[in-house]
Amino acid sequence: MVPPAMDLTFTERDEAFRKEVREFVASAMPPEMKQKAADYGHFSMPEIMEWHKILAKKGWVAPHWPEAAGGPGFDATQRFIFSEEMELAGAPPLSPFGLVMVGPLIIRFGTDEQKQRFLPKILSGEEVWCQGYSEPGAGSDLASLRTSAEDAGDHFVVNGQKTWTTYAQYADWIFCLVRTSNEGKKQAGISFLLIPIDAPGVEVKPMQTLGHTPAFCDTFFDNVKVPKENLLGPLNGGWTLAKALLGHERTLVAAVGQCRRTIRLAKHIAAETQGADGKPLLDDPRWRDRIARLELRLRAHQMTNYRSLAEQQKGKHPGPETSILKLVGSELVQAADELCMELMGLNSLSWFNDEGVVPAFEQWVPSTFCYDRATTIYAGSNEIQKNIIAKMILGLPSK
Amino acid sequence: MDFDLSEEQQMLAKTVRDWARKESTVERFRKVRDADGLGFDPKVWAQMGELGWLAMPFPESVGGFGGSFVDAGLALEELGKMLVPEPYLASVALAGRALLRAGDAAQHERFLTPMLEGQTTLALAYAERDARFDPAHVRTEAKAAGDGWTLSGEKIFVLNGHAADHLLVSAVLDGELALFVVEGGAEGLTRETLRFIDGHRGARLRFENTPAAARLTAMDTAEVLQRAMHDGAAAAAAEGLGVLQAMLGITTEYLKTREQFGVKIGSFQALQHRAVEMFVEVELMRSMAIEAMVRADEDGPERAAAIAAAKMQLGVGGAFVSRQAIQLHGGIGVTDEADIGLFFKRHHALMTLFGDVEHHVGAYADTLAAE
Repeated sequence: MVPPAMDLTFTERDEAFRKEVREFVASAMPPEMKQKAADYGHFSMPEIMEWHKILAKKGWVAPHWPEAAGGPGFDATQRFIFSEEMELAGAPPLSPFGLVMVGPLIIRFGTDEQKQRFLPKILSGEEVWCQGYSEPGAGSDLASLRTSAEDAGDHFVVNGQKTWTTYAQYADWIFCLVRTSNEGKKQAGISFLLIPIDAPGVEVKPMQTLGHTPAFCDTFFDNVKVPKENLLGPLNGGWTLAKALLGHERTLVAAVGQCRRTIRLAKHIAAETQGADGKPLLDDPRWRDRIARLELRLRAHQMTNYRSLAEQQKGKHPGPETSILKLVGSELVQAADELCMELMGLNSLSWFNDEGVVPAFEQWVPSTFCYDRATTIYAGSNEIQKNIIAKMILGLPSK
Repeated sequence: MDFDLSEEQQMLAKTVRDWARKESTVERFRKVRDADGLGFDPKVWAQMGELGWLAMPFPESVGGFGGSFVDAGLALEELGKMLVPEPYLASVALAGRALLRAGDAAQHERFLTPMLEGQTTLALAYAERDARFDPAHVRTEAKAAGDGWTLSGEKIFVLNGHAADHLLVSAVLDGELALFVVEGGAEGLTRETLRFIDGHRGARLRFENTPAAARLTAMDTAEVLQRAMHDGAAAAAAEGLGVLQAMLGITTEYLKTREQFGVKIGSFQALQHRAVEMFVEVELMRSMAIEAMVRADEDGPERAAAIAAAKMQLGVGGAFVSRQAIQLHGGIGVTDEADIGLFFKRHHALMTLFGDVEHHVGAYADTLAAE
C-alpha cells in the first residue's frame, strides 16, 4: 500500500475561510484603527476593547471557546488562520486574560452559576479581566507565591501583592493564584480566586514599561473580602488550573503573524530609506541578505508551527514541543525588531517626537523594540522553555 | 606594549568615578530626564569646567591642560557607568575637537576656550536626512552675504543642538564642503527639541538665511568631518564600555541576590555561563575602546580599522551584553523602574551614532585584499 502523501497545503475550505476573514477585517476596522495599524502603532486599551466589541458582534471574539459557550466553532487550522490574519492586518491584539485565560478555565472548571455569571460578559467585553499570577518573589518559580487567602467562614480574606497584572488599571476583575494552605508541597496549597478589582482593599498601581506604554501594574490586596462562591475549581486545587492556563498561553506565543508583519515592516523601511549611495537600502546586497536570512528562518518556524497544528487538528493536545515555538517565535520577533532599528539608522534614536521627524511607520518602532524584550521573558521565560525541552523531550537528568 | 594608565590618568578616572557616585547617580539622570528643561544641568557643566575635565584633552594653547584624547575616554567611561547626562561626548569629544582642528587661534579663543571653562556648550550639526552615516552628504547651503555668509537648510538629530551656545554647521559653499559657526540665538535659526530613545535631548535645526558667526578653514572640511565621525565613534566606544560594565555589574549583583526555586538564580550553570559570555564581551569592548581612543589622533588606515572594530564590538558584543542584561532580570528588566533598561537604551544610541555595525563592517570590507 502506498502511504498517503504529505499534504503541505491548506484545503480550499481553509483558503475560503482565510478570504472571508481578510474581507471582514478590511470592512470592519474603523479608518483610524486601520491608519494606526498601517503605521505599526501601539493600541491603547480603549481601542483594544472597541475592536473586541466589533468581533463579539460578529461572533468571532472567542475562537478558542466551544460553540456551546459562545465560540464560533473554528477548528484548529481555522483558529490559526484567524489569528494569523488578525496579526497580519495589524488589528488590535485582544486582551487574552478573559478570552484565552480565565474564560476557558471557567468553561472547564466553573460551576453553572459561575459560567452564567462570567462568560457572557467576557464575550461581550462588558467586563475586562486581568491576571494575578506573578509576585515580586515568585516569577519563574510561580509555586512559591505568598499572597494568602484565609478562610473566614462564608468568605476569604486576601492579603499580598501581585505584579505584572497587565492592564489592571482597566480591569473589572482579576483572577488570582492565592495560598490557602501551607501544608505539603508548595503547589498543593494554592487556590484560584476571582476577585472584583473594585473590592475594598484592592489597590492598583500602574507602572511604565521600557517602551513607555502603560501596560504593567502592581496590584495590592489589604484584607480584601472575597465570597467563597468566587473560588474556581477545588480548594487547594489551583495549581491544576494554573498549569492548564499556561498550556493555553503557550499556544499563543508562536507569533508567526507578528514575525511576518515585522519583517514586512523591515522591507518597507528598507525600501523607503536611502543609503549613502542614494539608493534604497533594499537594493543593497548586504541588507537584502540580512532580511533574507530572517525570512528563511521564519519559514522554518512557520512550517514547524504547521506541524504542531496538524497534530492538534487530529485532536492531540499540544505537548512540550510547543516550547520550540515559544523559543523560536520570541527570538524571531526580537531579531526582526532589531533589524528594523538598524535599517532606520539615526531615525531609530527618535522617541515619540512630533509627526514629521521620522516617517509615521517608524514612529513606534523604538518603543516596540524596547517593549519586545519581554517576549523572551513572558509566558514562561525562554530559560524555562529550555528546561521543559531538556526534561520532557530529551529526558536529560535533573540535578 | 604598555596598556597601563599613568598615575595621573588613574587619579583622573578615580576622581570622576567618585564624583559620579556622589553627585550624579542614575537617580539624578532619571530626574533630569523626566523634568522639563535641557536634559542636563548647566551648573553641573560649569562644575565639570572648574574641575578641569572639559579642558583636559586640549592643548595649553587654547586653554587646555595638554592631556590626550585617552583622558577624555577615561572620563567618558566613568560618566557612562552612571548615565551622567551632561553633553561631554557632544561638546568635548565631538564638537570641541572638530573646532580645535578646523579653527584658528582667534576662533579657538572665541568659541572653544569658554567651553573648556564650562561657560558654554557646543554642538556639531552634521547629520541630514537621507545621509545615512556619511557626513559628506550635505544639502545645507551657504552663500556669501556682505562680509560673511548665511546658511539655509536642515540638520537632524543634532546632539546637544537644542542647548549649544555655538553650533558647528556643515554646508555647501560654491559647490565645496565648508564648516561654519552659528550662534545658538542667531536670527533665522529654528531649534526644535527632539527626544532621544536614551532620554537625552537634541534638536532638529532649520536654517533660513541664518548668518554665520565665522567660517572654519584651518583644515579641509571633509577631513574635519571624517575625523569627527571617528572621534565620536571612539568616544561612543569609551562611554559604551562604561555602560556595559555597569550592566554587567548590576546583572551579576542581581544573579547573586535574586532567589527562585529556593536558591540564588546565579547558581544555575546556564545563567553563570551567560554572565561569563557577557564578561568576555565587556573585556573585548575594553580592548577596542582603548585602541580606538589611542588611534583617534593617528593618520593612516589603522585608525579606521580600529574604529570599525570598536563599533562592531559595541554593536554586536555590546548588544549581546545589553540584551542579556534585560533577559536575566526577567520581567522587572522590561519596566522603566529598573535602571537596567536605561542603560539598554543608552547602549542603543551609542551603537548607532557615528556609524552602526553595517556601516563600519562595510567600510572595512571595502578595504579587504588577499595577503
